[in-house]
Amino acid sequence: MAETRAKKKTTRRTSASRRPVYIVDGSRTPQLKARNKPGPFSSADLAVGCGRPLLARQPFEPSDLDEVIIGCVMPGPDEANIARVIALRLGCGNKVPAWTVQRNCASGMQSLDSAAKDISMGRADLVLAGGVEAMSHAPVLLNEDMVTWLGAWMSARTWPQRLKTLGQLRPGHLKPIIALLRGLTDPVVGLSMGQTAENLAWHFGISRTDMDAYAMRSHQRLAAAQDKGYLSEIEPLFDTRGNVYQQDDGVRRDSSMEQLAKLRPVFDKPFGNVTAGNSAQITDGAALLLLASEAAIKKYDLKVMGQIKDSEWAGLDPAYMGLGPVHAITPLLQRHKLKLNDVDYWEINEAFAAQVLACLKAWEDRDYCRDELGLKSPLGKLDQSRLNVDGGGVSIGHPVGTSGARITLHLLHVLERNNAKTGIASLCIGGGQGGALLIERTTG
Amino acid sequence: MTDYKEKNWKIEEDADGIVWLHLDKADSKTNVLSADVLAEFETLLDAFSNQPPRGLIILSDKDSGFIAGADVKEFTAFSTEQEAREAIERGHRIMNRLESLSCPTVAMLTGFTLGGGLELALACKYRVADNDPATRIGLPEVKLGIHPGFGGTVRCLERTGVLNGMDLMLSGRSISARAAQKMRLIDYAVPRRHLREAARACVQNPPKQKSLPVWNNLLNYKKVRPLLAKVFIKKVAARANRAHYPAPYALIDLWVQHYGDRDTMLHAEAASVAHLITGKTAQNLVRVFMLQEQLKGLGRLPDYVPRHVHVIGAGVMGGDIAAWCALQGFTVTIQDTQPEALGRVIQRAYSLYKKRLKQKRPITATLDRLMPDLDGDGLVKADVVIEAIFEDAEVKRQLFRDIEPRLKPETLIATNTSSIPLEDLANALNNPERLVGLHFFNPVAMMPLIEIVHGKQTSETTQNRASAFARKINRLPLPVTSSPGFLVNRVLMPYLMEAVVLAEEGVPLSVIDKAATDFGMPMGPIELADTVGLDICLKVAEILSRYMDIEVPGILQDKVSRKNLGKKSGAGFYTFAKGKAVKPEPDKQYTPATDLQDRLIMRMLNEVVACQRDQVVENGDLADAGIIFGTGFAPFRGGPVHYIKERGPEQLEKLLNNLMHNHGDRFKPDAGWSTLIKQTP
Repeated sequence: MAETRAKKKTTRRTSASRRPVYIVDGSRTPQLKARNKPGPFSSADLAVGCGRPLLARQPFEPSDLDEVIIGCVMPGPDEANIARVIALRLGCGNKVPAWTVQRNCASGMQSLDSAAKDISMGRADLVLAGGVEAMSHAPVLLNEDMVTWLGAWMSARTWPQRLKTLGQLRPGHLKPIIALLRGLTDPVVGLSMGQTAENLAWHFGISRTDMDAYAMRSHQRLAAAQDKGYLSEIEPLFDTRGNVYQQDDGVRRDSSMEQLAKLRPVFDKPFGNVTAGNSAQITDGAALLLLASEAAIKKYDLKVMGQIKDSEWAGLDPAYMGLGPVHAITPLLQRHKLKLNDVDYWEINEAFAAQVLACLKAWEDRDYCRDELGLKSPLGKLDQSRLNVDGGGVSIGHPVGTSGARITLHLLHVLERNNAKTGIASLCIGGGQGGALLIERTTG
Repeated sequence: MTDYKEKNWKIEEDADGIVWLHLDKADSKTNVLSADVLAEFETLLDAFSNQPPRGLIILSDKDSGFIAGADVKEFTAFSTEQEAREAIERGHRIMNRLESLSCPTVAMLTGFTLGGGLELALACKYRVADNDPATRIGLPEVKLGIHPGFGGTVRCLERTGVLNGMDLMLSGRSISARAAQKMRLIDYAVPRRHLREAARACVQNPPKQKSLPVWNNLLNYKKVRPLLAKVFIKKVAARANRAHYPAPYALIDLWVQHYGDRDTMLHAEAASVAHLITGKTAQNLVRVFMLQEQLKGLGRLPDYVPRHVHVIGAGVMGGDIAAWCALQGFTVTIQDTQPEALGRVIQRAYSLYKKRLKQKRPITATLDRLMPDLDGDGLVKADVVIEAIFEDAEVKRQLFRDIEPRLKPETLIATNTSSIPLEDLANALNNPERLVGLHFFNPVAMMPLIEIVHGKQTSETTQNRASAFARKINRLPLPVTSSPGFLVNRVLMPYLMEAVVLAEEGVPLSVIDKAATDFGMPMGPIELADTVGLDICLKVAEILSRYMDIEVPGILQDKVSRKNLGKKSGAGFYTFAKGKAVKPEPDKQYTPATDLQDRLIMRMLNEVVACQRDQVVENGDLADAGIIFGTGFAPFRGGPVHYIKERGPEQLEKLLNNLMHNHGDRFKPDAGWSTLIKQTP
């Protein structure tokens, strides 16, 4: 059954009428670690912060865009259809339509894929797409008992009624709902995202030491990239108090195995292995890319960074959502007749150290490849020196709506830096999905 | 529906018998109550009182608003107080007649509803206003040296009570429709889409007249009025000297003496305004108003529509210019290589916007228009580029060389230099004719003037565009030649330096400052120097001393080298506590020299004459305008050139010769005095 499905997918989409989709430019904000209070920027502020310089340096006007598509999981209460808020605040004018997409952790990648689809179908020529998330601004909600009580209070007209209603208020009414925690819990299987990572670690025998070593390397790679100036896609943010934010501030340059070993498990207490240290950080950030058709490239004489060659979305057991990249990438490789080693550079979002490691193990695992991917033999070993070379979610952070756009943009920069051609960006998606983009750098 | 049209008024009667009386003053963009507008209005009112319509609604057909006030030009035409009084009493008669119409009367207020316009509205039974921010309601007469004179003092106090009414009339400030509704000055503040309905409703279902709280009657009680007047007088005295600005005091007097006796107060109001309007202060303030209109006129260029301003250099000036331009609706990029400097720009901009805009949404929108630009990405699309980096000609030239190839061909290139001749910078450009100086003053958000500096190479198109740009950011353009110090700094500097010399001589600081404020300066020269920053004063003085006969006093260099820079460092000449100068009381025994004030003022006037001789500005009126709006020079004196004419140049030259004899050559009368003396009849 699994085999036939996989085969069917590899032969999909051969239509020649597709127009190529180019990535022209992109920028992102530094990612700011949530520090137990709302950060200095709302989601829309973040997107405006990196979108303004991006548009300012283009030869066209913001109003020349055909549409704006933004991925965001939890926009603020004043940010309904946040894409439209962002488009208007960026000066695109009243006539540029904008829409928001939500596919949990891959919302930022969904926006790129949606833009690519519109361009490839000929419905648009120039699209601003990306993702944004201000996780530190995630709302705290009233529980339903409290909402019911408030309703009663509003409809109490007389003083005796009001007194009576007041008497019905209980301390339990005041217990808040932390939307961020709820959002990071699977509503169907009831596991937190961290618990799904614990599942993977258990299934593939990934130790605490493996996870911590991976996390430490992520920080070291980010620190090295910062020192070498490899993160040129970052546009600084300016707050109203005169502060300037220029770098991802979650990096731990002093990260060591001893320190990481001291941290307690967060999700499966007391025996689990997934800690705050080997999980993605909760951060605020935005990343935006400009996608264009060939016609737009010609019209405005735009310089091209690369091309979105193909995309793939896959579903799997929500309790093992961390393996989403495996399920999305495998058919993508098959469709383009690529082996793991044919891809020059990889960005697989680091939701959890255990989760990235599990993906690598799954491809090496004969049983998993056979039973779940329908492969006769394991796909093989992915060269980790080509994976997340400048750090990832563990060190940079994972603002859920943003990461898909961030890793795609950074992958292009990595390909450019290494004069390489082919790259794959992929994420696991809460709820049991995976998404992947096949990117090709345009040379010359 | 019957229509009827006079020259300025249009009558439209609707199916319900309500008359909509449109004011559309002929040959003008703005409605003002000129003599002919009033004359027609009186005739119309005669007809309405003979045959009252179902209701009368007065409205404007102008985009600019309802009525912006009286016709200020007519103020200068009265040759005697009696003549003025007759004109004013006619206005009273008309307002009284409007008030006594038996039908419901409604004023429909939009845009500017000021002075006589509001007085007319107050004579109606009801007022409804568009609650758009563009609606501004007020009685600004006091700014022209008079007070309301068409019965407005009486009716305003009756409507809003003594506290609100006095505040409105004494400050001359204008308020929003919502604020006006809150203080009962108007009945309804509604969105434009409901404005006509609201006016109609006032006729068809007249709302109850809102009554004032009881305590207001207590404040108006005869025995209470003199006591409360003391509070008003104290507040006014902090801003305006009675000898220089009699109008607010006359207004308080009017209320104290006559409130409660309506007819007497109305008569007294007319007499008081007639007296004020023919007095020197009002005549000079009207002159200043006209000068302001003249400067505004220099910036008229309807086809020029710049949208994007790029400022280079995120110092205090560059940053504040950028923030101001964004506040005025421009898309602004502010370029600097220092992220921290850009951070401070945004911080300062935010505090300005918070003060001016108050609400979150407009603040966000304005901040969104102000983009920090580390890489100079904004250059390519900019319509106006303003250079505000430090004063070094070679660095500026290099900058111009670097940026010119990236600019659109029609982009205006401006420099905010205060000391470098434009010709010295222009030679770096391939198209030197598009270089112009836009000399802003500090603090940008407070100073209404920009000197539009033209070098020999500046084209007329560039100059006109620069002036038009100044208007678009709500500033007054003053064209000046590219000579050292231009106009404002050049006349200000000798005056400041003389103050420093006086300080060096041991004259108590507060005595020096008082001599200047007694003359009518808004702030004494010592405090001004501290506020501007002694380092900046020193720098400008040093540069100017290369070209003119200014000696830079040693005490100034001392203070700067000891980092006593003035307000910004906490101490200069004065020490500052919470941003305010602490002025020690001078010794009671101390008697200042009788020529103290002359020493300060005459050095300034001497330089004004030199500027005229050098033709820094085109004429004396422009010099007056520039110096009043650029330095705050005593507005009630009508400007320095005007003042020289009034005092007589011959007498002033003599005074200078005396000062030269007593205090040295810096008082040597400029050669220009003899020309002035010859011109004086």
